[in-house]
Amino acid sequence: MSFKNYCFKKSLWLFHFGGASCNNCDIEILDCLTPRFDVERFGMQLVGSIRHADVLLVNGSINQRDKTRLLELYKQAPKPILVVAIGACGCTGGIFSQGNTFAGPVDKIIPVDAYIPGCPPKPEAIIGGIVELLKKK
Amino acid sequence: MARDLLYYLIFPGLIFMSVAGGLLSGIDRKITAWLQFRKGPPIIQPFYDFFKLLLVKETILPARGSVITFLAAPVFALAGALLSGLLILLPGFNYKPGFSGDIIVVFYMLAVPSLTYIIGALAAGNPLASVGASREMKLIIGYELTFMLILAAIIMKAGNTIKISEIIQVQVDHGAFIGSISGVLLFIAAVFCMQAKLGLVPFDMAEAETEINHGAFIEYSGSAYAMIKLAKYIMLFVLPAFLCILLLGGIRLDGIHVLWTILKILGLLLLITLIRNTNPRVRIGQAMRFFFIWMNLLVILAIVLIWFGL
Repeated sequence: MSFKNYCFKKSLWLFHFGGASCNNCDIEILDCLTPRFDVERFGMQLVGSIRHADVLLVNGSINQRDKTRLLELYKQAPKPILVVAIGACGCTGGIFSQGNTFAGPVDKIIPVDAYIPGCPPKPEAIIGGIVELLKKK
Repeated sequence: MARDLLYYLIFPGLIFMSVAGGLLSGIDRKITAWLQFRKGPPIIQPFYDFFKLLLVKETILPARGSVITFLAAPVFALAGALLSGLLILLPGFNYKPGFSGDIIVVFYMLAVPSLTYIIGALAAGNPLASVGASREMKLIIGYELTFMLILAAIIMKAGNTIKISEIIQVQVDHGAFIGSISGVLLFIAAVFCMQAKLGLVPFDMAEAETEINHGAFIEYSGSAYAMIKLAKYIMLFVLPAFLCILLLGGIRLDGIHVLWTILKILGLLLLITLIRNTNPRVRIGQAMRFFFIWMNLLVILAIVLIWFGL
């Protein structure tokens, strides 16, 4: 593993994009940052600006309005950027997949590197998904 | 000449200051984690962040805005932090005597990083960056007067000398300035000034993450942001070292004094971290009032006490 890749893996900065979410996944993502789970151990931290992000966390069903915003965010992100789809809605659309305003699961809009299913996924599952992402990279 | 280059680039110049600042930043994050009952990132995490930003990430330029100013600002921030650090540490470690009036040059140089953050943010063409820049400007107006009064008080206490090495010599001969009542008052004001200069929590309104998304730095990415991070790490080392020289009796590298120097700087860092973890972010008006009224009053009181020889 090269030095560049090692540094990248040790310092992933997360940017959180919630689509038309029920806010359950949002809460579980924030749970990962609490003292009990503490993903900052691995150098991950939540950043407020997409310009600083290395990982784009997407949750919630993506409807027509969210689609343009998600595409814009993806274009604005500095490459390399990893995309993680979180929750049933992010991975497949879940119960909204037949809806009128549904614009497709995340991987139809932007390339996705890891999927974390669950409604909502437990914090352990989210950390497990990120470990899988790091192994793949 | 070669010796000078060694001083400027390796010790106590660029590389030493970056490594020391990065380690201090890592310790700061670790203490923060402990205070919140977390485990926290490894101490060398700032270096991972820096090399990731520098080597891996793409640098995005603003479409609307001045590209050259946007990219030059981080370089000037780094240069300002480095120059102020050199002017402080070369007399501090007794490598070079410095020149008469270097404390005033240091005062200007310490303002350079904050000013370049403002210029870079305004060149980015982002409304949130403009909000951050305007807040940073108001904060500078707030704390610079206090900082200047502190330096004036210290110059007065050291017997009207404006040379850093002579200020250290006075403290070596007659004991550190913090041993007197006026010294304690100056130390309190100086710690808050340092907090504001570093942009840490009670005074971090310029880059409030939860409010205006990193404010002044919102548009920076990749190597430009790495430069800003490096300038911030260097400032995190330089400002405590400057405070040690001004009030705590100087920093020295001979024999057992190395241990005292490290303990002084770590103690100041602990103080900064505790303040930043036990306070909420104040509004910009509250911060300006705090400095204009209370801190200035404190320093003027200290100057009056110095006048009476306390």
